[in-house]
Amino acid sequence: MTLGLINANPIVREKKERINRAEAADHDAIDPLDIYDILNLISIDLVHIVRDIRDPEHPYSLEQLSVLSEDSITVDHNLARILITFTPTIQHCSMATVIGLCLRIKLKDCFPPHFKLDIKVAPGSHADEEAVNKQLNDKERIVAAMENPNLRQLVEEFDGSRS
Amino acid sequence: MTLIEEEGLQLTQVQTLEGHTDRVWGLAWKPATGTAGTPAMLVSCGGDKTVRIWKQRSTSSTSFDCLEVLEEIHTRTVRSCAWSPSGEKLATASFDATTAILEQNGNEFECVSTLEGHENEVKSVSWNASGSLLATCSRDKCVWIWEVLPGNEFDCVSVLQGHTQDVKMVQWHPTVDVLFSCSYDNTIKVWAEDGDSDDWRCVQTLGESNSGHSSTVWAMSFNATGDKMVTCSDDVTIKVWGVDIARLQSGDTSASWGHLCTLSGYHDRTIFSVHWSREGIIATGAADDAICLFIESEDHSVDGPKYKLLLKKEKAHDMDINSVRWSPTENRLLASASDDGTIKIWKLASMH
Repeated sequence: MTLGLINANPIVREKKERINRAEAADHDAIDPLDIYDILNLISIDLVHIVRDIRDPEHPYSLEQLSVLSEDSITVDHNLARILITFTPTIQHCSMATVIGLCLRIKLKDCFPPHFKLDIKVAPGSHADEEAVNKQLNDKERIVAAMENPNLRQLVEEFDGSRS
Repeated sequence: MTLIEEEGLQLTQVQTLEGHTDRVWGLAWKPATGTAGTPAMLVSCGGDKTVRIWKQRSTSSTSFDCLEVLEEIHTRTVRSCAWSPSGEKLATASFDATTAILEQNGNEFECVSTLEGHENEVKSVSWNASGSLLATCSRDKCVWIWEVLPGNEFDCVSVLQGHTQDVKMVQWHPTVDVLFSCSYDNTIKVWAEDGDSDDWRCVQTLGESNSGHSSTVWAMSFNATGDKMVTCSDDVTIKVWGVDIARLQSGDTSASWGHLCTLSGYHDRTIFSVHWSREGIIATGAADDAICLFIESEDHSVDGPKYKLLLKKEKAHDMDINSVRWSPTENRLLASASDDGTIKIWKLASMH
């Protein structure tokens, strides 16, 4: 698959310095009484995990491109739900569904399996917002996409940790 | 139809069937099993590319054993499975773009035919009431109708185009040869054979403008008499539709289906499966890990039938529920399949 650069000159932000929260990786050790702290901890941890996924079109991290920020991740512990909203670099970004798929695959093993993960583009950030969101959250299509060797390879190529 | 005593009913877990190594997508009870003298038989399929056959240890037992694991039938996810009405044949639909036809030979199952034609993932397969026709649907937006010929030959009699997206499920009407399909395009389409041209055509589309769903329609099911249909959707509602059954059975296949009521507020994530039991209980399974049961309410209003929640089983599974299926016999057994890789057998019974 050949990919031309759709947005050749993106705005690049500084990579934020971050406290190392490696000790937060063990979600099984969550103390249910300390919900607020945990929420912060997990949010930071998730950003930590997903910010290293590269935007398929650019060698910068998604955080540097403002595709993701800490604010774009919401964790609801009571309902065991995680919502991630990301901002494609341009309104017609055709790679939005691939970025969403990357996020989902990367996050798959990062929290207990009963957590529900919703991935959406930020409101107003994409011309086909509704269609992109629908596709990003149809699990049958996600499964089918991941069984497709070409797509699987594409997703894995953009996953910084595996390259 | 037996009267459903509504007070004190409970859905009790009878058994958890473990074995699938990935999410379980589909379930089907074998017809004419689970009756006196014939232990119940159930087939399941899933993301581990296998088809598994489960059998009740004896008619008095509540234990099911895995009879067989079929691993070589498909090369990708097996999305759905369906027994022919006689129980002689089993059809399985896979993301590998094929539909396989299996036959039981003693205790062994063998693949006797492979139906090819869809461009990509086959999502669902359904036999008509007499077992003479088979329907399949796919992400390629098409519905295919196959004629079952002697010697395990299957002839494609029609390729139905009309949906604008991925077709999620096909289901034949329980008594008349009218086919229903539901889709990612939010609609349900009704297909019937055109008497003049001998071809099949879409006779009705139930969309948002007909009080239909506002997102993907995942599944549908009919009541025993076939005058009502229930559908479930990503819009987290369940809708009941009705038809003039006398008109339909007199041969007027264009008899139109109308919206009767919408059940909302019971699930809060995508509802993947709905199944109407022969005695009139609607079961739903959803991505909120819950199972709900509904029955028609006694107090009819002028607006038509009303349905009420009989019970809700929260956390029925650890993950999304993809399929719920009532046993075809009177034993009030319900099977559910989940992303957690298990199948659970439930019994609906009085607490007393």
